[in-house]
Amino acid sequence: MSLNVPTMAELAARGETAEVLFWVGCAGSFDERAKKVTRALAKIMNHAGVSFAVLGSEESCTGDPARRAGNEFLFQMQALQNIEILNGYRVQKIVAACPHCFNTLKNEYPQLGGTYEVFHHSQFIEQLLRDGRLRVEGGSFKGKRIVFHDPCYLGRANGEYEAPRALLAQLDAEIHEMKRSKKNGLCCGAGGAQIFKEPESGEAEIHHVRAEEALATGADIIAVACPFCKLMLTDGVTHHGKESEVQVIDIAEAIATANDL
Amino acid sequence: MISSLVFVALLTAGIAGFTLQVRRLRRGLALARPSGRHDRRKERWAIMTKVAMGQSQMEPRRLAALMHFIVYVGFVVINIEVIEILLDGILGTHRLFRAPLGALYDGLMSFFEVLGALVIIAIGVFLVRRLRHGPKRLNHPDLTGWPQKDALNILVIEVVLMLALLLMNASEFAAVNQGLNFANQQTPWLISGLFQPLFEGWRVSNLEVFTQSMWWLHFVGILAFLNYLPKSKHFHIILAFPNVWYSKLTPRGQIPAMESVTTEIKSMLDPSFVPDPNAAAPARFGAKDVHDLHFANLLNAYSCTECGRCTSECPANQTGKKLSPRRIMMATRDRVEEVLTGGQGAETRSLLDDWISREELWACTTCNACVEACPLNIDPMDIIMQMRQYLVMEESAAPSTVNVAMGNIENNAAPWAYPQADRGNWIQQ
Repeated sequence: MSLNVPTMAELAARGETAEVLFWVGCAGSFDERAKKVTRALAKIMNHAGVSFAVLGSEESCTGDPARRAGNEFLFQMQALQNIEILNGYRVQKIVAACPHCFNTLKNEYPQLGGTYEVFHHSQFIEQLLRDGRLRVEGGSFKGKRIVFHDPCYLGRANGEYEAPRALLAQLDAEIHEMKRSKKNGLCCGAGGAQIFKEPESGEAEIHHVRAEEALATGADIIAVACPFCKLMLTDGVTHHGKESEVQVIDIAEAIATANDL
Repeated sequence: MISSLVFVALLTAGIAGFTLQVRRLRRGLALARPSGRHDRRKERWAIMTKVAMGQSQMEPRRLAALMHFIVYVGFVVINIEVIEILLDGILGTHRLFRAPLGALYDGLMSFFEVLGALVIIAIGVFLVRRLRHGPKRLNHPDLTGWPQKDALNILVIEVVLMLALLLMNASEFAAVNQGLNFANQQTPWLISGLFQPLFEGWRVSNLEVFTQSMWWLHFVGILAFLNYLPKSKHFHIILAFPNVWYSKLTPRGQIPAMESVTTEIKSMLDPSFVPDPNAAAPARFGAKDVHDLHFANLLNAYSCTECGRCTSECPANQTGKKLSPRRIMMATRDRVEEVLTGGQGAETRSLLDDWISREELWACTTCNACVEACPLNIDPMDIIMQMRQYLVMEESAAPSTVNVAMGNIENNAAPWAYPQADRGNWIQQ
């Protein structure tokens, strides 16, 4: 299926505008595993008839990893440039498939003059369901055991635990919870710029521990809602030698697959 | 008359000692820069009522929450009796409220005794947890030495105070049974009544001396407790309230923007931008020492009860890294104490490196599990982030691979070395 994804610049040239801006993010643009999520979300929005656009080559890193590494200067450089572009297009509504982008756009850009209505893709897709713009055919997941891993920046940082679970509930699958979930969910180990560095010395890797907890539920599918969780848990599952039995997929991929998109 | 004088002298000394220590604490907190958290006062009072008074965030650990609640309610309620102790001590009377309150007094005393017994049971559970069968966080390397001793001291003092009260009542009633009616007490109270066999065969005069001794022990114990508090993690029984009042009310996921940086970048990007001429240049980006932290950070450090819920939830600590959020708070408090005490080398040392290592700071995933776990809204991550800001913005001392990622963000707008022009390539693939 070919995608219909205009950029804001193309729309502006035609004198048009979009209902919502899809903030793709760096992982969503460049990492192969995360790009699948990006394409899945684009397919879902095409399918539901959402008028959306991306910034394309005008998009930059939100600055989240720089800020959390302590580089406030670089963060604000990124933020102020992004805000100028977003405000230039009079963007009002943003959907992001990365909880780090989501958190930064929603909670940190307002302090620097960029105030938008920001959704994580789990919230946005759930809204499409509630508005009757999207229906999920659950068949392909029948009988599967799915466990959801909460991303820290969606869960603890923004209090959203239900939207991704509401999506998974549409799939005719058995939904399981890890011992530690929601508020008590264990981090995948990527946040705070950790993914860009070697871990400090210790007894174990955080993503190995978390993957073990997910595998302990006997799940066939570990559902995630963050590109970095996806990378970390995929590696964790491989570490435990379960990569041929257990899949790590994003909730958007699950919905797109269910609808045969 | 002499006993009144002794009483007033002890009371004055006790209160003076406590006041001096509170002043010292205020000097410590004054080292910090302002927190700016005087806004949204209604919400602050509400959150203090709910989280500090109502203990709403203790719940996830059920047994600890219940035992802690018993000790909290027990101490607050039983301390009503201190009013009578103070008046009796000053006026030289004995159980001043007994006559005016009549049967109500007996009821109250029985109620206090039941609470006292429950407190002793709860502390027994705490002792067992701390010494033997407790969670790992209570027997953790963070607590080696003084912190563990401090925790045990507090539990022991609390048991002594409660026992003194119960034994005083018990021996007094035993004396009443033998005809010494100094309290006009007719019926035994619920718990001390059970202790009567202990005093069988005692002479009335001995019972009287024993009762008096327990009364003085209780009183002196309270003063000692008051003066021990400010040196102890147990100061949370007072500091919890202001600490929660100063909670972060902005979104959990938000790191506050540094205005000085905004000003600088705006002047760079926009030639027509005029910076506020009154804005003072920051002495330093981020935090190297306790002086660079804000007021709520230091108040957090003094309010920490070292329960270790944060550390037990920390992914770095669980996987054997050196970082322990609890130790971040303890180190911050101990560094403030070091600055206050002065002494050799205090000025040349700093929170960074001498108290908190870079290895600990870089192990944080900023997952907020420690913040979520704290029953008192203490925020170890805030201190970690400010110290990282110092490391990166003042010393350019990030791990080399993080520097590569940041270089990429600067040059091609993503932490990896892909050209910005390719950001839309996924559409065509």
